[in-house]
Amino acid sequence: MATERNDIENALNRRYEAGFVTDIETEYLPPGLSEDVIRQLSAKKNEPQWMTDWRLKAYRHWLTMPVPEWAKLRIGPIDFQAISYYAAPKARPKSLDDVDPKLLETYDKLGVPLHERAKLAGVAVDAVFDSVSVGTTFRKELAEAGVIFCSMSEAIREHAELVQQYLGSVVPVGDNYFAALNSAVFSDGSFVFIPKGVRCPMELSTYFRINAMNTGQFERTLIVAEDASYVSYLEGCTAPQRDENQLHAAVVELVALADAQIKYSTVQNWYPGDENGVGGIYNFVTKRGDCRGARSKISWTQVETGSAITWKYPSCVLRGDDSTGEFYSVALTHHAQQADTGTKMIHIGRNTKSKIISKGISAGRGQNSYRGLVKVEKSAEGARNYTQCDSLLIGKKCGAHTFPYIEVKHPRAIVEHEATTSKISDDQLFYCRSRGLGEEDAVSMIVDGFCKQVFKELPMEFAVEAKKLLEVSLEGAVG
Amino acid sequence: MLKIENLHVRVAGKEILKGLNLTVKPGEVHAIMGPNGAGKSTLGNVLAGREGYEITAGTVDFGDKDLLQLEPEERAAEGLFLAFQYPVEIPGVNNTYFLKAALNAQRKYRGESELDSMQFLKLVREKLRVLHISDELLHRAVNAGFSGGEKKRNEIFQMALLEPRLAILDETDSGLDIDALKMVAEGVNHMRSADRAFIVITHYQRLLDYIVPDQVHVLAEGRIVESGDKTLALKLEEHGYAWIEQRRLPEHSAV
Repeated sequence: MATERNDIENALNRRYEAGFVTDIETEYLPPGLSEDVIRQLSAKKNEPQWMTDWRLKAYRHWLTMPVPEWAKLRIGPIDFQAISYYAAPKARPKSLDDVDPKLLETYDKLGVPLHERAKLAGVAVDAVFDSVSVGTTFRKELAEAGVIFCSMSEAIREHAELVQQYLGSVVPVGDNYFAALNSAVFSDGSFVFIPKGVRCPMELSTYFRINAMNTGQFERTLIVAEDASYVSYLEGCTAPQRDENQLHAAVVELVALADAQIKYSTVQNWYPGDENGVGGIYNFVTKRGDCRGARSKISWTQVETGSAITWKYPSCVLRGDDSTGEFYSVALTHHAQQADTGTKMIHIGRNTKSKIISKGISAGRGQNSYRGLVKVEKSAEGARNYTQCDSLLIGKKCGAHTFPYIEVKHPRAIVEHEATTSKISDDQLFYCRSRGLGEEDAVSMIVDGFCKQVFKELPMEFAVEAKKLLEVSLEGAVG
Repeated sequence: MLKIENLHVRVAGKEILKGLNLTVKPGEVHAIMGPNGAGKSTLGNVLAGREGYEITAGTVDFGDKDLLQLEPEERAAEGLFLAFQYPVEIPGVNNTYFLKAALNAQRKYRGESELDSMQFLKLVREKLRVLHISDELLHRAVNAGFSGGEKKRNEIFQMALLEPRLAILDETDSGLDIDALKMVAEGVNHMRSADRAFIVITHYQRLLDYIVPDQVHVLAEGRIVESGDKTLALKLEEHGYAWIEQRRLPEHSAV
């Protein structure tokens, strides 16, 4: 068995397939953070004055905030002065046809072809490389439907009114430490606008790639769905394998007006660090959706397999009457990975409904915490919530923790919480093996079964990818 | 096909099997009976390769392979099947999907081509028809929420689909009503063939009314203490296991 274990470990070390670096001429801002740096950043992006001011306001607020320590995470000190806040490929393409072949190759390797004729037909992609968007596909087709899908930088220049109206309206600049930092230094991200009554004709997706050393990625995404519109948006992320930790602090804001639906799916595969916990991405993300209109619906689905640290609570503010919020999550921690993730469902409108399905998987020395808030305000007559929170342990050194917070101010609200913790039992493994399945296949099959409720919420292509990712991430978890 | 010689097995430091010998030829059905704690289930588990059993002496040949050197999944692919006394639940994993993966893993090991979904479904339909199992079981998660009888039926269904060379039924009759028992027996009888063997582990003679064995062995205190034809089971039923003990006593004192 000993030799076999080595084989498994070797395979595992090989297996972060996205861990390569693209050798491309990159323009950096020198490391460090100050008002000057923010002004330079803003200038590089040709931003209007209001944007620069917005950033500075956020920065000044950030300076007054303490680093949050309430999460069940062990985080080394982050030296914000050692990070470069802007890194971008030097050559700036005017259109997709001009994009540096090296970049195209990078995305091909990651399975995200940027050629519109290529296999991802039917999914429009915005590719964000370090601090900038390097291309967005299917823009013409989308524009015909009235859908705006572009990089945030472009939106700030071209759709200033919309951006000004909605940016920061869900996650205010001073919302929390990392959101404030993001507001000050965000570099790029995606902007989506679906006009009234339009069902977005294809899946939209953003693929985030960190490439440069000693940089942080601070993307900002804003999705606005007007009355009775629908959009399904996917997000994927990878980074090279490095011994230093890299910071990723994103903010995502969703706005759903009356009868609108937004489905937001994430497959997060940032570099998780090695088996001893060296390197990996620090992933501090604020995601929040505002069900602003009556009967609107926002649904978050996330599969979190990467990052050394994940700190992330995609939430829904259920403001509109009869609005619905959903959160489906699979979070996996292996080796020395840590995750503190969950959601917040804030019931404000009448007859608002929320559903939370969280699946935590811990292997190796991984630590996995679910942290979730269900809050029912006095105004939320007829509010209902259902929470199911399951943890699966693989091995003896990992941990699973559940921190549910429930605040109910309406006497007739219905709030249900179910939680289970289980282990992959020797019985289950032996049963599978006695039928002919190898140990690794048996584990991934059991895990897949455990995650089923969440996987079925993902768009098909993503469900397949998510499943594969879990398999790769769990290699060497038993034995 | 299967040759067990002088098998000694310890579980948690305690010797359970103490020099067991058993030879099974293709086409034969062997029944293994014996009192509680005699080591019947240990035998099944050791043959299937469950962890936690320390083999201190003895050999087991399966065809031309040294069975004890193989991983559980390799034993399965070599054609050994254990129908569990307590089939395990795997929530969220579709029964059909599970079986297809298992069958294809075995086929791959044997260098056979894997079955695609259509071919597999065709095979499933065939087996279902023979076993009179409703296909509703197929759409559910592996054993999850199954009744005791359904779990045992599912084991037999798996056996039928995987077509092992040697099937070991570990107290498959326990907890079954007479109808389910008949169904299990029918499944086994249908699979009996000149190149397939069965080891039926059971407490009670009842199952052997339906699955008629070629040989009956009594396992007591970690050894086969008595072997005979099917009439041995009837005698056991009549006299109880104490009868065996008494018959063994003189031999015992001689040692």
